[in-house]
Amino acid sequence: MTAILGKVGAIVWKDVLAELRTKDIVLSVGVFAVLVIIVFNFAFQPGAQGIGAVAPGALWVAVVFAGVLGMNRAFVLEKERGTLPGLLLCPVPREAIFAGKMAASLLFMLLVEAAVVPLFGVFLGLPLFPPALVPIVLLATLGFAAAGTLFSAVAASSRSRELMLPILLLPVLVPVILSAVGASAAVFAGEPFGEYRTWVQVLIGFDVVYLVLSAWVFEYVVQE
Amino acid sequence: MAHGQVTVFPQPWTVQARGLTKAYGYQWALRGIDLELRRGSSLALFGPNGSGKTTLIKVLVTLARPTGGEALIEGHDIRRDAQAVRRAVGVVGHEPWLYEDLTVQENLHFYGRMYGVSDLPRRALAVLEQVGMDPYAQFPVRSLSHGMRRRVALARAFLHRPRVLLLDEPEAGLDQEALALLERALAQARMDGMSVLIATHDLAWGLALAERAVVLHRGRIAYDSGGTRLDAAALAATYRRVTEAAP
Amino acid sequence: MVDARAGQRPSPRVEGRAAGLGWGVGALLVATAAVMVVALYMALVWAPPERLQGQVYRIFFFHVPVSWVAYLAFAVTFAGGLAYLRSGRASWDRAAAASAEVGVVFTTLSLVTGSIWGKPILNAWWGWDVRLTTTLVLWLIYLGYLMIRAYAAEQAQGARLAAVVGVVGFVVVPINFFSIRLWRGLHPGPNIGTEGGLEIEGAMAATLFVSLAAVTLLYITLLVARIRLRSLTDAVGEIKARLGVGGIR
Repeated sequence: MTAILGKVGAIVWKDVLAELRTKDIVLSVGVFAVLVIIVFNFAFQPGAQGIGAVAPGALWVAVVFAGVLGMNRAFVLEKERGTLPGLLLCPVPREAIFAGKMAASLLFMLLVEAAVVPLFGVFLGLPLFPPALVPIVLLATLGFAAAGTLFSAVAASSRSRELMLPILLLPVLVPVILSAVGASAAVFAGEPFGEYRTWVQVLIGFDVVYLVLSAWVFEYVVQE
Repeated sequence: MAHGQVTVFPQPWTVQARGLTKAYGYQWALRGIDLELRRGSSLALFGPNGSGKTTLIKVLVTLARPTGGEALIEGHDIRRDAQAVRRAVGVVGHEPWLYEDLTVQENLHFYGRMYGVSDLPRRALAVLEQVGMDPYAQFPVRSLSHGMRRRVALARAFLHRPRVLLLDEPEAGLDQEALALLERALAQARMDGMSVLIATHDLAWGLALAERAVVLHRGRIAYDSGGTRLDAAALAATYRRVTEAAP
Repeated sequence: MVDARAGQRPSPRVEGRAAGLGWGVGALLVATAAVMVVALYMALVWAPPERLQGQVYRIFFFHVPVSWVAYLAFAVTFAGGLAYLRSGRASWDRAAAASAEVGVVFTTLSLVTGSIWGKPILNAWWGWDVRLTTTLVLWLIYLGYLMIRAYAAEQAQGARLAAVVGVVGFVVVPINFFSIRLWRGLHPGPNIGTEGGLEIEGAMAATLFVSLAAVTLLYITLLVARIRLRSLTDAVGEIKARLGVGGIR
């Protein structure tokens, strides 16, 4: 078990090291997310009533769209640079390869969110990062990373990869988007946990289902 | 899972393939390969483009699932015991399988950790020395020439002390010096008891390196010198025939 | 284990099976047409007008069966995809893919008929009703299923990737449905009841039953016809590959 965790760690280490060199993913995804938020702001009337009710939607649309952009780098890059066979040749359970790639993507996404969420609060005059938002962001991002990594691998094996990923990924993300928006709207409105408990339960359910399902079918996605 | 499982081999074969087939869509890349390779021996696999050399190697090292037939590598079933097969093989493909943004050393450390190589920093340096790339250990792969990447790819294949080396056109794009290094590394591998399977276009080069020759044509074995002494004339004739009929 | 010389095997069995399916399609077509005529008569003439909705409700005799059968079709795609991933047999993939195609068509019909009904009753083409929205999401997922097949670099890989999408897309229907219901609960709006507030009486139930039979038969007919077409395409592809003429992937 520790041996396998070490190999998962090796994949994360490798992805993080490459990211530290290029800063490709975090920079492009972060800038894109901020752009979406700014564009969204133009859609609202300045100082309009009830902006707090619409705002969480804008935040998560920005995170999801930017995240899809980042996910395009997860497996598509391994495929395009021709490193995927080397990775698949390693004597490691396929689940460990999935876990490693997913953990790296999760890390990059969380890093972007740590910067984007407070910035979003600044732009919209909302609390910068309410502590109650932390578990919601963690759970939603975990689910996003699980489904995203799986469909990134699916899209990577097809032609027109950048196009296929959002087409496949966005519909299955509906529960994550709905519950992340629902729960964070409640948090921004200052409601107690009891008010949005069900949304958190949906997030947990989604995470468990996609982690189990992805780890199980991943093998079929990468084999030739 | 057969982690660290020790198997005693009653038979002296490193590769045993029986009726191996592989279809891509309607195209059959392999149409029934029967091949046995003695442990510690070397085999040159000839054939024109599209004859199935690359597919055969991919199937043998678990990168592609066979459509039919079976194969054992060092006694491990390629379907049922893929992890053991992956541990047993060292592979050089058309691409070097290196991460461009990492240095040469970081690449080897990554693969070393994936293979569970215990004496890692020393072992990585040793294989780099073997291919004459130790001065470039701290260079990012991005800055290396094509030939240098091929050499690092060879070092990566040696890294985890495989029992079988499978090389897919390893000579492609190598200069004279790199070619000599490759030949020396292969000779060393043979002395260390490894089996070697080289797929190549270059008849003379392949024959100089291997004691047995097989010609693939349209996914079948068109010529096999077998265990007997190699009949260079018959081989050359078959090879000429299939390359003219190519693919 | 597949025969080692499968590469050279001519495909009389494939052709034979396809020919057999041809007869089946013909017979099914006749049966479907007959039941469909009865169903149309019952739905449009025989069944009495509904107390609240008048004549408009009659579209439900198409909407409801088509929606149910669409889910049945995706269930078949799910099962076929699962079996294909386990066994690697092309026949399972042919069934799964054919069912997905029919399923997407039926889902489209379900969305369109639901929308047409919504205009006079709810005064809106689209109300984000729970089941309508879940169906819309499912429709998008299976469009992706068909696209990934079409865009795959290689046929068998496309089949495998699509099977993964089909299996995952179906398993997550409950969680989609639940999250959308929760979302609808928070937003006031038209929530259509089980039968849109229909008062079902005996004649209506009988009509619905016959319509369901007609639509199910139509599904089976289309499914078998598509499977047959795929078998024939595969047979032609194998023959062409054997003769060395390219063309069909």
